Formats: sequence, structure tokens, C-alpha cells
Amino acid sequence: MSDLAWIHGAITAARPQAVGALLRYFRDVDRAEEAFQDACLRALKNWPENGPPRDPTAWLILVGRNAALDGVRKQSRNTELPPDEQISDLGDAESALAERLDGSHYRDDVLRLLFICCHPDLQPSQQIALALRIVSGLSVAQIARAFLVSEAAMEQRITRAKQRIAKADVPFEAPGAAERAERLAAVAAIIYLLFNEGYSAGNDPQRAHLCDEAIRLARLLLRLFQTEPEIMGLAALMLLQQSRLRARFDANGDVILLEDQDRSRWDEKLVREGLALLDKAMRHNRPGPYQVQAAIAATHSRAASAAETSWAGIEGLYLALERMQPSPVITLNRAVAVAKLHGPQAALDLIAPLEQPLSGYFHFFGARGAFLLQLGREREARADFDRAIALANTPAEAAHIRQHLDRLMASSSNV
Amino acid sequence: MLYTLLCYNKEDVVWSWTKEEDDAVMSRLSVVHERLVKEGKLGPSLRLLPTTAATTLRGPGLVIDGPFAETKEQLLGFYVIDVENLDAALAVAQELSGANPTSTYEVRPIALYVPDARANAPREAIKVY
Repeated sequence: MSDLAWIHGAITAARPQAVGALLRYFRDVDRAEEAFQDACLRALKNWPENGPPRDPTAWLILVGRNAALDGVRKQSRNTELPPDEQISDLGDAESALAERLDGSHYRDDVLRLLFICCHPDLQPSQQIALALRIVSGLSVAQIARAFLVSEAAMEQRITRAKQRIAKADVPFEAPGAAERAERLAAVAAIIYLLFNEGYSAGNDPQRAHLCDEAIRLARLLLRLFQTEPEIMGLAALMLLQQSRLRARFDANGDVILLEDQDRSRWDEKLVREGLALLDKAMRHNRPGPYQVQAAIAATHSRAASAAETSWAGIEGLYLALERMQPSPVITLNRAVAVAKLHGPQAALDLIAPLEQPLSGYFHFFGARGAFLLQLGREREARADFDRAIALANTPAEAAHIRQHLDRLMASSSNV
Repeated sequence: MLYTLLCYNKEDVVWSWTKEEDDAVMSRLSVVHERLVKEGKLGPSLRLLPTTAATTLRGPGLVIDGPFAETKEQLLGFYVIDVENLDAALAVAQELSGANPTSTYEVRPIALYVPDARANAPREAIKVY
């Protein structure tokens, strides 16, 4: 691996902790970010010459802090910046800081950073954008591309979010236990939203990258909260979903349904990690929605072929999920399992009351169309597929439904 | 003499490698592996899932989540090699390190080696990555 790739990896990994520590010091998001950028620039120049520091995170924090303070001094007194060689000679200061970083500061700094991004005054779209900017360090242009908005609009969204936070007077002290548990759930929700942004984007690599970032953040959370079964469940869920990435689309970028996927293309490493985490989570006997969803994903992962899928297990898990979080979307998902177990008519009966709440939902019409088709009610199926296409979020979704329609056309012309 | 080569690195960095980066390191390592196999020096080797997947038993009955110790660098995997002496073991570690330069290799002599006792013990690598 080249120097540059190593430095890039080390900086990415150090970022949440370093920006978190700088934020604690400066109590200002913009200033903490600038200080970190400054430190990164110096690292790019310094590390290839002097070799990587023993603790890159401590180095970046210390250099970032010094650079920002120098900036303040330079502005007020117009004095020269010290030469970079001096900054590289951190010696004892770095190791002293590294010792302290091992303790609770690490947890609190990263957490505070995530908490700030998940401030309840912010809209979810702002929370995600801010987390990508501050915690993950994606550029505004990258985030704008991922969310399919203009760079100017994204810049504005992030700036507004920062202003809101500045006004909201976020406490910089470590949160109490109760508040921590509550906000942890908010942080987990943001990470899952982020993952879904990438997952539902289909095979667009720009947005699929969001899935990797969400998994990286979940691993970070896991390391901070090693005994939270729901965090294990969240990580397991995302790992198991992500394991199917390479099998989800064909060469033309069209959707391949779970039952038609080539299971040898599933990423076995991610599957193992996901199953291991779910195993650990279940030992706690504190079930929650992420764990149940991970268990559903795991049921698919454990089936050697689509035919061997335990649909009874999946239906039971969706029932459990419905009880925890009643939602028409979950009922719709259960209907798919019911169709496998008891046939399409039972599924249609189950989703009959959902048409109104899901009247704008692509998957509702896609699924109902498929149930109707299985019952031979082709005219009604076609009407549902037409509505699904109108509601499709991505070209791949629309193309998938079009395949159904093409098949319908072909079979009716044969008659 | 049997030695184990313990490979350490920052887990959050290594597990953030893209598939291409990971593949590049693994393919460089496999060059070294193949030579060691030909020379009859390579025993079992394995790569571990991250410490976030670890569970620790601390004394009978106390099962806790997470790894044994929270450290900056984590044990990622290990090799067992059969070489003459420490110098030879270090030479192998040197080569592995050349293929995977950001990781640290700890060389530890083995005091007890119990072979795989399963009747159906795999004869080939089980690749889960």
C-alpha cells in the first residue's frame, strides 16, 4: 500500500475522534473542522518525510490545536508560523495526550460529535448531511451528489444546520446515562437512514458508498458501546444487507430479486461478521427492532438456496417487528412471507387495508401486482404495475417492473 | 522450532480498506504464502473477524462483550511457521511485512502445538473473505 493510501486511511479512521476532541477544545464546529483540515495538510507533508507518528490521532489533535492557535496569534499579532519541523517534534506531548485518549475522553468526544449531528432541532436530512460532513469528512460536492441535489443547495443545508446548532447552545459536557441511551437511539437511526440512502440508490456507486460509510460508523459505535444489543443488531443488519451488493444487480444494472440471486456472489466475509454480531446480540435477551430485522436478513443468509428459506421463521419475525413498531410497510413485508406460506390470496387479504396508507409507495403496487399475477388476475396486475412504475424511485426499480409487464404482454399475445 | 507470527494493525483502518485495497494486500501476501508452502515452512494460518465480534470469558461465568483488551492495535490473525531459529522466523515476518507494510508482526515461539483433532478437519483453506 502506498504512503498516500496509508495516510488517507489513517486520517479517515482518526477523523471522528480528532474532530471530536478539537470540538471539545474550541467549542465551535467550524473552527474544529478547520483545525483538523490544517492538521491533515501538515500530515500529508510531514508523514511521508518523517514516517508515520506512533499515534496518528493524537498527532492530528495536537497539531490541529496548535495550528489553530497559531492562526489566532497570527491574525492578532501578524507573527510568523513556526516551521513544520518543530510541529513534528511533539515528543512527550503526543504520548501524554495518547495516554489520556485511551480513557473516557475518546468515547465522549466521538459521541458528542455524533450527538451534535443528531440534534433534535435538525431535520433528518440535515442530520445526515451534517454527519457526513463532520463525522465522515465527505466534501459538500460528494454529499450533494449522493443526495442528488446541487452543491449550492447542499452547502446551504449544511450551513443552516450548523447555524441552528450554534443557536441551540449544545451542552459540551458529557451526557448523562439516560440522555446517552436516548441519543444513542437517535444516532443509530441516522446511521440506518444513511445506509438506506445508499441501499435504495441501487447500483449508483456514488450513493452505494454511503452504505460503506454507514457500516464504518456502526463499527465505530460498536467499539464505543460494546454491550448494546441493538447496536450489534444494527451493524449485523447492515452487514448482511451489504453482503448481497454484488448479487443485487445484473450486468445491465437491473434489479435481481433475492430469490433469483446467485448466492455464491454474496460476500461471505460480511455474512460471517453479521451472523457473529447477531449471535452476540441475542445472548442479551433484550430484543429490539434492529435485532429482529437482522434476524430476518440472517434467515436469508443462512438459506443455501431460495427454496430452503424458512418463510415461517420470517413471518414470525415480521410479526414480532409489527408488534414493536406497527407500520403498514412491515405488514406489507410480512405479506410476502404469507404469500410463500399460504398463497397469494392470503397475502392479498392481509394487505387489503394497506392501500390507503401506502397509496404512494412503489413496493405496495409492485408486490400486489405480483400477487394478482400469481392468481391469474392479469388486468388488475397490469394496472398495479403501471402505478408502481409511476412511483419508482430509481431507473432500476422501474426497469424491474417493466420486465413483469413485458412478460404479461408476451403471455397475453400468445393467447 | 515452531513460531507463531501474530499480525497486528489498527482494525478501524484495515476494515475500512476498499475491496481493491484489501485484495491488493492479500495477493501480495499470497506470493509469500505460496513460497513458504513450497519450502514446507507454513503451518495453519488464520485471519480473524474484528474485535467488535469478540466475546470474552473472564473467569468462569463472567461473559462480556468485546475483546480481551481495548488496545490501539488489534490482533488480526496469525500464522504458525516451522523454521530453524528466531532469525529465520524474523526473515519470514520481514517478508510478510514487506507485503503488508502497515501491519506489525509479533514473533512468538510456540510452547505447545495441538494439531486439529477433528476427523473431518479441512485439508484446504476455508475462505470466508
